[in-house]
Amino acid sequence: MAKRVLIADDEPNIVMSLEFLMERNGYEVQIARNGEEALAAVGTFNPDLILLDVMMPLRSGFEVCQKIRENPTWQAIKIIMLTAKGREIEIAKGMALGANAYITKPFSTKELLEQVYALSGGAE
Amino acid sequence: MSLKLKFALSVAGLFSFVIYMIGICVLIIWFNLTAEEQAFLQQILAERIFIIMLFTFMLLIGLVFAVERLFIVYTHATRLHEETRLILTANPNHRITPTGPSETRRLAVVINSFADRHQDLQTDVETRIRAARADLEEEKDILAALMSELTQGVLVCNIDGQVLLYNNRARQLLSQHPDKPATNGTNGVGGLVGLGRSIFAIIDRNIIAHALDNLHHAIGQGHSSLVSHFVTSAMGGQLIRVSMAPVRDKQQSLTGFVLTMEDITRRFEVSNRKDILTQSLVESTRSSLANIRAAIENILEYPDMGRQRLTMFTKIIREEAIALGAELDKTVKDSAEYFESQWSLEDMHGSDLISAVQRRFETKLGVATRIIAVDERLWLKIDSYSVVQALTYIMSRLRDELRITQVSFRLERSGRFVRLDLIWEGSPVDIETLRVWEHQTLVTNGEGIPLTLKDVADRHRGEVWCQAEKGTERAYFRLLLPISHPDPELQQQFIPQISSSRRLEYYDFDLFNQPGQKSELDERPLTELTYTIFDTETTGLNPAEGDEIIAIGAVRCINGRLLRQETMEQLIDPRRRMSQAAINIHGISPDMLEDQPTIDQILPRFYNFAEDTVLVAHNAAFDMRFLQLKEEQTGIKFIQPVLDTLLLSAVVHPTQSDHSLDAIAQRLGIKLLGRHTALGDAIMTGEVFLKLIPLLAEQGIHTLKEAREAAQQTYYALIEY
Repeated sequence: MAKRVLIADDEPNIVMSLEFLMERNGYEVQIARNGEEALAAVGTFNPDLILLDVMMPLRSGFEVCQKIRENPTWQAIKIIMLTAKGREIEIAKGMALGANAYITKPFSTKELLEQVYALSGGAE
Repeated sequence: MSLKLKFALSVAGLFSFVIYMIGICVLIIWFNLTAEEQAFLQQILAERIFIIMLFTFMLLIGLVFAVERLFIVYTHATRLHEETRLILTANPNHRITPTGPSETRRLAVVINSFADRHQDLQTDVETRIRAARADLEEEKDILAALMSELTQGVLVCNIDGQVLLYNNRARQLLSQHPDKPATNGTNGVGGLVGLGRSIFAIIDRNIIAHALDNLHHAIGQGHSSLVSHFVTSAMGGQLIRVSMAPVRDKQQSLTGFVLTMEDITRRFEVSNRKDILTQSLVESTRSSLANIRAAIENILEYPDMGRQRLTMFTKIIREEAIALGAELDKTVKDSAEYFESQWSLEDMHGSDLISAVQRRFETKLGVATRIIAVDERLWLKIDSYSVVQALTYIMSRLRDELRITQVSFRLERSGRFVRLDLIWEGSPVDIETLRVWEHQTLVTNGEGIPLTLKDVADRHRGEVWCQAEKGTERAYFRLLLPISHPDPELQQQFIPQISSSRRLEYYDFDLFNQPGQKSELDERPLTELTYTIFDTETTGLNPAEGDEIIAIGAVRCINGRLLRQETMEQLIDPRRRMSQAAINIHGISPDMLEDQPTIDQILPRFYNFAEDTVLVAHNAAFDMRFLQLKEEQTGIKFIQPVLDTLLLSAVVHPTQSDHSLDAIAQRLGIKLLGRHTALGDAIMTGEVFLKLIPLLAEQGIHTLKEAREAAQQTYYALIEY
């Protein structure tokens, strides 16, 4: 069964690329356009991994990450945080709140794929 | 008694004594003789009665001369004494005319030459003092001229917080209406800068104490640049950045401080906007680049993608490239308006920050604190006042909303950051609540700064969040701050230097039978009453002998809070001389009192200020006695109930012997600062009083009446000793 990836980002231009990239590599993809949608999708879509943007409307990526980690049944979900701010202190905060990896924009799609692959243990 | 009468009496006394003695002698001999011998002697004497009479008379005349001679010396000695006193006390120009016997003449000459020498010396000293004073005046004028030219506000205080010198800019910045000149004539109080006034009426004494602490710390470490910074808000709402530099005497101990201040309201806004601008530029650039890069990499990596997808990705690239260009244009345009902010952060020892926060939690919020771990090696680059305010704010919310009354501190390093955690038993603050807190201004119990938690975090390039601690029942609030690396340090504790206090403790004024004691007031709890806490400075300690009030300071207290905005401080022309001892105590010199209003102008103001409140003072009988003696002159009677912190302290701590204001404050953990200005003392008395209320409650003393009765009992107990 294909691994499921939730892409949570409010910018359609990155979402399209990420969606294409993930699907081409054999992942099942769902999109969330803000923090609330992301949290809702975690419950319904049950993803193996989340590409989580920090700056989103309604709820920030930090909040979504913290909420997920507060729920014992969601501990196995891998979280890669994406940020355009790139401040070291935010990375420290993200990791403290339970993110598995932190990627600063702009990133190489190849490296992102490798990171996703490593965390999810392959697409299948 | 006149000299003649004195002389006559001495002569008469001497005569009777001589005659009496001779008479006794004759009688004793007479009765020892036989009858024949008596007859024989009678015959002999009767025959020579004239000779006996003559010699007796001559003896008496001789005595008169001897006595007169002695008496002349005596009268001259008396005169010498009187005239010498005259030279010494009233008229140094007076000289004694040498008259009378040679002994007194010689003495007069010696005294005169002493007087000459004394006068020369005094003239010399006075000339020198005048010269020195003129030099000083000149220097002061130069300094004043220089200061008035400065665009920064400058204010010089002594260690007690009394304003010694200030320039116009300082007055402008700190007065209530920054655009109008400070001519608040209504009550002459309330945040106005003035010579001899207390700085604490203008700037929160906690901030000053905090900055002084930092200075002492820096002095202890032998730092070369000894300046402590803080930001405070003026009454008009502007943000004022204050730099405090120490004034030290030859022994290097702190005798005062210089405050320089500037209005950074605009600069702060500008700097904030600049930060936001930079941040938004970085974010939008990064995200546009990310979009372009992801799209282009997809195109390159997957050449087999359909035509439709290819068009989609190339469109993305074009859109993002245009957006990027527009963002850059906008930034260039905006940033031209902004310039660099100089809001500077200072190095602070992490453990110092923790202890400052601990003190505040305990004294301001009544929250018990504990330390789990504090890494002594950590330094932070912060504006300590705003960080302390921020943490105090968070704690007050935790206490009020989550009922948390006990927290632990942890300060540890994590990479290039320092984690400052507030830890408590229980669950964390939920995310939504924290988000609300982040955006509210940091005001706790009426004091604070017009910034939000988020502002403070952003200013320090820090982050805050709250979560449960894994594997425990605890939660923590974390402030993550960048680490700083200053010189290794050497600690030294701040020991406040305070002069000894007024000793007098009892005064003849009946505190316990004020006509204004009414039962409806008497039954109300101490915590609910409105108080006027006041203090006076005087020319001396004896009102009945003409000593006068020269300053009144007062602060109002409502609902367990001292209202810093509702204060009164006024110097008063006593219309009499002041003893040097008094000047030494309060530091108010006679020239400061020139042109000040007199007591009959001020008492009505004070009366209005204190109307319908309970009066509180330390050793209240002393101050009340001064007010009472003015009743006839001014027609003003202070009939309201009076509480005395000295007696209340004795109620609470009956075994302690020292109930001076300093001793009580030390006992209750109140920082000694700003003593010996009337307002400074009043504020400290107020802080003491507020701390005494819960201690009284522990002894079952809750109402005004109970407090007064307990004080009265203690008063009698003290008097009996």
